[in-house]
Amino acid sequence: MFAYILKRLLYAIPIALSVTVVSFILVYLAPGDPLNAIAPADAPEEVITALRSAYGLDQPVPVQYGLWLMRAVQGDLGLSIATGREVTSEVLSAVGNTLLLAGVAALIGVVAGCILGALAGYRHGSWIDRVATALSVVGVSIPHYWLGLVLTIFFSIWQPWFPAMGAGPGGSSEWQWDLEHFRYLVLPAVTLSVIPMGIITRTVRALVADMLAQEFVTALRARGLSGIAVFRHVAKNTAPTVLAVAGLQIGYLMGGSILVETVFAWPGTGFLLNTAIFQRDIPLLQGTILVLCMFFVALNLLVDILQPLIDPRMGRA
Amino acid sequence: MSATLPLSPAAPMPAASAPSRSYWAVVWRQLRRDPMALAAASVLLIIVAAAVFAPWLAPADPYKASMIKRLLPIGSEGFLLGTDELGRDLLSRLMYGGRLSLLMGVVPVLAAFGIGTAIGLFAGYVGGKLNMVIMRVLDVFYAFPSVLLAVAISGALGPGMSNSLIALTLVFVPQVVRVAESVTTQVRQLDYIEAARMSGASAFSIIRVHVLGNVLGPVFVYATGLLSVSMILASGLSFLGLGVKPPEPEWGLMLNTLRSAIYSNPWVAALPGLLIFVTSIAFNLLADSVRSAMDIRR
Repeated sequence: MFAYILKRLLYAIPIALSVTVVSFILVYLAPGDPLNAIAPADAPEEVITALRSAYGLDQPVPVQYGLWLMRAVQGDLGLSIATGREVTSEVLSAVGNTLLLAGVAALIGVVAGCILGALAGYRHGSWIDRVATALSVVGVSIPHYWLGLVLTIFFSIWQPWFPAMGAGPGGSSEWQWDLEHFRYLVLPAVTLSVIPMGIITRTVRALVADMLAQEFVTALRARGLSGIAVFRHVAKNTAPTVLAVAGLQIGYLMGGSILVETVFAWPGTGFLLNTAIFQRDIPLLQGTILVLCMFFVALNLLVDILQPLIDPRMGRA
Repeated sequence: MSATLPLSPAAPMPAASAPSRSYWAVVWRQLRRDPMALAAASVLLIIVAAAVFAPWLAPADPYKASMIKRLLPIGSEGFLLGTDELGRDLLSRLMYGGRLSLLMGVVPVLAAFGIGTAIGLFAGYVGGKLNMVIMRVLDVFYAFPSVLLAVAISGALGPGMSNSLIALTLVFVPQVVRVAESVTTQVRQLDYIEAARMSGASAFSIIRVHVLGNVLGPVFVYATGLLSVSMILASGLSFLGLGVKPPEPEWGLMLNTLRSAIYSNPWVAALPGLLIFVTSIAFNLLADSVRSAMDIRR
């Protein structure tokens, strides 16, 4: 078990490093001299040269990467061009809101997906199976930025139950665990939850139907186990796969939330990315992408480590 | 999705450049009998036809604005689906919009299909260390959630239609490579490839005659599944302002600019998104049918 965790940790290191490489390269994808984004257009030649050496841009690219990585590891992601503030603090204040939104959306999606999928798998071919299958197709096909708009029309304009904009009363971006703030979370979280719901419904349905057809289930039933006891066996066998799929989905939600955050003016990383892109604020873009992807890598690692705890067979491999 | 090879050791493949005609005939017959596939295909056909023939079918000029006719509701006289925030006929804009939206959804998948198959065939056929290096490099892309990767690349390149096409293609290529590579690696070890090599066939002709036919099926199925994702992502990039620029009509962009109208005229505002949804679900259902129709050989 320990060896397994160690192996996973070691495997995550090159992936994390390559994520930093890609984030670093983003600056060079941007058209033009990266200095143009920092220095004013009419800056004299000496200032440009001074800035170039101050930012280390006169060094070879691999050296630049090394220097950048050293600073990034220490939590220094440079200064935002748009606001002049530190990218690290900007990202950290926004990433909490994104994680909250993605986490709650994933929770709704996973719970609803498991229930729907299990019902559909148990009643294979029934009307409930057809409803669940249709819902899962809709879930993976719907553009969630549009769903957000439709939910706003229904539940914020037609029936004003939930607010449509922001993360708290009075445009506050500080999250608090109270009912008033929670009302702001409902629409964006439900909007974002349809994708994992669709995928997990599909996965669980297939797994459960497959499991119920296996001989060990017949054997359990023949021994006179109650339906609930049999279900416990089925659930235990489906859990590792569901966990793997769910973990991946939470990660995708952190990226996918950029669209939903735009629709609901949610003050998260999507908002930051928007600012970064349209103000050509490359350090901010780079920092936000890097932090989000590190969360994604960490999440995948966590899933890898949790899996053998549920299914000990995996740890021995 | 794991690419399953439509092969069984007991019944060797007819080693032709393409699977025998009867195979495609069977797939085609299967699809024609599938009501879901027929429904999805007809919906797509209508949408594509409306987009392609927009210059002849559209009732009005999609760029002609009118300040006094802004945000007319659905069913207004002369404006069947109402008007947008600048008083342009929405039906015409939706028809013209289909051209760019479909183009931006389909082109990245086609490009990734071509590029990804080529890389996958090469990596799988060469095998060994080079294959491992190529696949490990592509693994890096899996460390990024796909929406984030698309937004990051097109954000860094700058807003614009060609940049978002490049970004989406880059998102899909590694996925296609993975499918193509895994099938190629499986096929490469089969006896008849060995036989072809011993009879002196060049690597290129072995790939073209013996490997490609096996790889195209699974990759094709995978690519059809990507179409729906690509439609949503492409329109999403335009929705964020990263893709098509105004005043060009495009569904994602229209959805964004009409957002200000959801309080005064919600149904008009929701229409472009409905089209993205219908197209994406039709692609998804068609992909499901194609997948099950092509699996019959298994």
